[in-house]
Amino acid sequence: MTIVEKILAAHAGKKKVVPGDLINVRVDLVLSNDITAPIAIREFRRTGVKKVFDPAKVVMVPDHFVPNKDIMAAEQAKLMREFALEQRILYFEVGQMGIEHVLLPEQGLVLPGEVVIGADSHTCTYGALSAFSTGMGSTDIAAAMATGDIWMKVPPTIRFVYKGNLRDWVGGKDLILATIGRIGVDGALYSAMEFTGEAIDALPMDGRFTMANMAIEAGAKAGIFHFDKKTLAYVQTRSKRPYQVYESDPNAEYAQTIEFDASGIEPQVAFPHLPSNVRPISKVGNVRIDQSVIGSCTNGRMDDLLVAAEILRGRKVDPHVRCIVIPGTQQVYLEALSRGLIETFVQAGVAVSTPTCGPCLGGYMGVLAAGERSISTTNRNFVGRMGSPKSEVYLAGPAVAAASAILGRIAGPQEL
Amino acid sequence: MTIKGKVHKYGADVNTDVIIPARYLSLSEPADLARHCMEDIDAEFVKKVKPGDIIVATSNFGCGSSREHAPMAIKGAGVSCIIAKSFARIFYRNSMNIGLPILESEEAVERTQDGDTLEVDLATGKIKNLTRDLTFQAKPYPKFMLELISAGGLIEHTRQRLASKGA
Repeated sequence: MTIVEKILAAHAGKKKVVPGDLINVRVDLVLSNDITAPIAIREFRRTGVKKVFDPAKVVMVPDHFVPNKDIMAAEQAKLMREFALEQRILYFEVGQMGIEHVLLPEQGLVLPGEVVIGADSHTCTYGALSAFSTGMGSTDIAAAMATGDIWMKVPPTIRFVYKGNLRDWVGGKDLILATIGRIGVDGALYSAMEFTGEAIDALPMDGRFTMANMAIEAGAKAGIFHFDKKTLAYVQTRSKRPYQVYESDPNAEYAQTIEFDASGIEPQVAFPHLPSNVRPISKVGNVRIDQSVIGSCTNGRMDDLLVAAEILRGRKVDPHVRCIVIPGTQQVYLEALSRGLIETFVQAGVAVSTPTCGPCLGGYMGVLAAGERSISTTNRNFVGRMGSPKSEVYLAGPAVAAASAILGRIAGPQEL
Repeated sequence: MTIKGKVHKYGADVNTDVIIPARYLSLSEPADLARHCMEDIDAEFVKKVKPGDIIVATSNFGCGSSREHAPMAIKGAGVSCIIAKSFARIFYRNSMNIGLPILESEEAVERTQDGDTLEVDLATGKIKNLTRDLTFQAKPYPKFMLELISAGGLIEHTRQRLASKGA
């Protein structure tokens, strides 16, 4: 069996599962946010259950339109806060909160071998920790809050092997964009993506979170990494409970194996309006930008900010560009502050924000007008994703986003 | 149960951001969401859709976000059923959970045009194109899905499960 099959079998109380099996899976954590929780709470009430199955395994994070962007967002946040208090579940108030998928691993709330479901499509991020995690809708989350389990179809696993070493300024974002560019936005539909190879072994945890995060952009149910020394180093200071490590068997069956020569991958840019519409930086041409966003559940971690700061240090953002940097959590913010990154950003002319998903989905804190273009380290560039349906979003990693902010057009740091 | 309606046809990768843009995610009532359904892909949709109409699309319908607001908006707009070559998995779950029927049939999608009238038998998965006098067979639902449909959605199914556990 693969890692995914082993985790799912263990959580379904079975010795063996195969792709296609419909199973009932015990969940270790159930997540929702200020956009999806209000509907989940309404549906939870309809189940007739008074208390969630285990308050220590239900978490709500206000992050999408919080700090409240308007009165309606405030009402949603309030509804969620009151439910969290009533049920005594895990909850992170403004001032402690961060972007959910940066926050939960950082707080040790997700561990290897666990099953996590969340009413947010980027819940697949935790595959970086060798956990099985997947996004669902509010009603699924409501049912799981009531019962502690959920139905699932065991997905086939596609193995992705990245050989060779990464070039300078190439990170997890470039690997995953190159992957989606090759297989398409439904190239891994209903499947799990297992990421392996020497380039993956060398990839820091933050880059792995970025890759797992965007598995959904290839239609996948989950993205998953093997547990190694880096995973151990990440979880050992954070875990507050025991966890179980699962490994794919040498004879595990894969639906497909797809290989990449990582040494041939340049920094990547996804053009509008699909994450699969990818070009290497050398073939981007002259694309002027109005905004550069560095942050999100995809690229709002410390390594991302370090890359951006290295490029922005001692330089200035183009006067015609709004550059917005959003640390993913308060802890990332604090570390960026104590290591001097925030000063670097502000001196470069960057607007630094408290953690929020805001601009990624056109919520607030960087919404685009008609005809405007943004380079962004976020995960989607669909029509209207960041504001006006007549605006454009180009996806890239933090190196390209920072260099582009300085040059006023999409460019890699080697041009500086 | 048989459904009859006029077809609104779309292409591949119709994503949840164009089905219901995030600027409306502070809404959570189907009727409110329905007023903005498909706004960023087809601004005319809400004006032309009639109760019972059917959305037909090619592959990967509903890709993107987990927002249940997307199938809620479509259902709220009166759409009776979606037929596509394939659906994004979260959208598939969400639709089944809230009782918006969705069917997979490559052939029906390929041979149906915008404005055609379809008749769909949900129990058998038989799709008739009344405009072109053609009949297609959708992929059958797995047994669990039929249970979910007959219960009337996931919450009702969960209530029944909990009641039988408690009994």
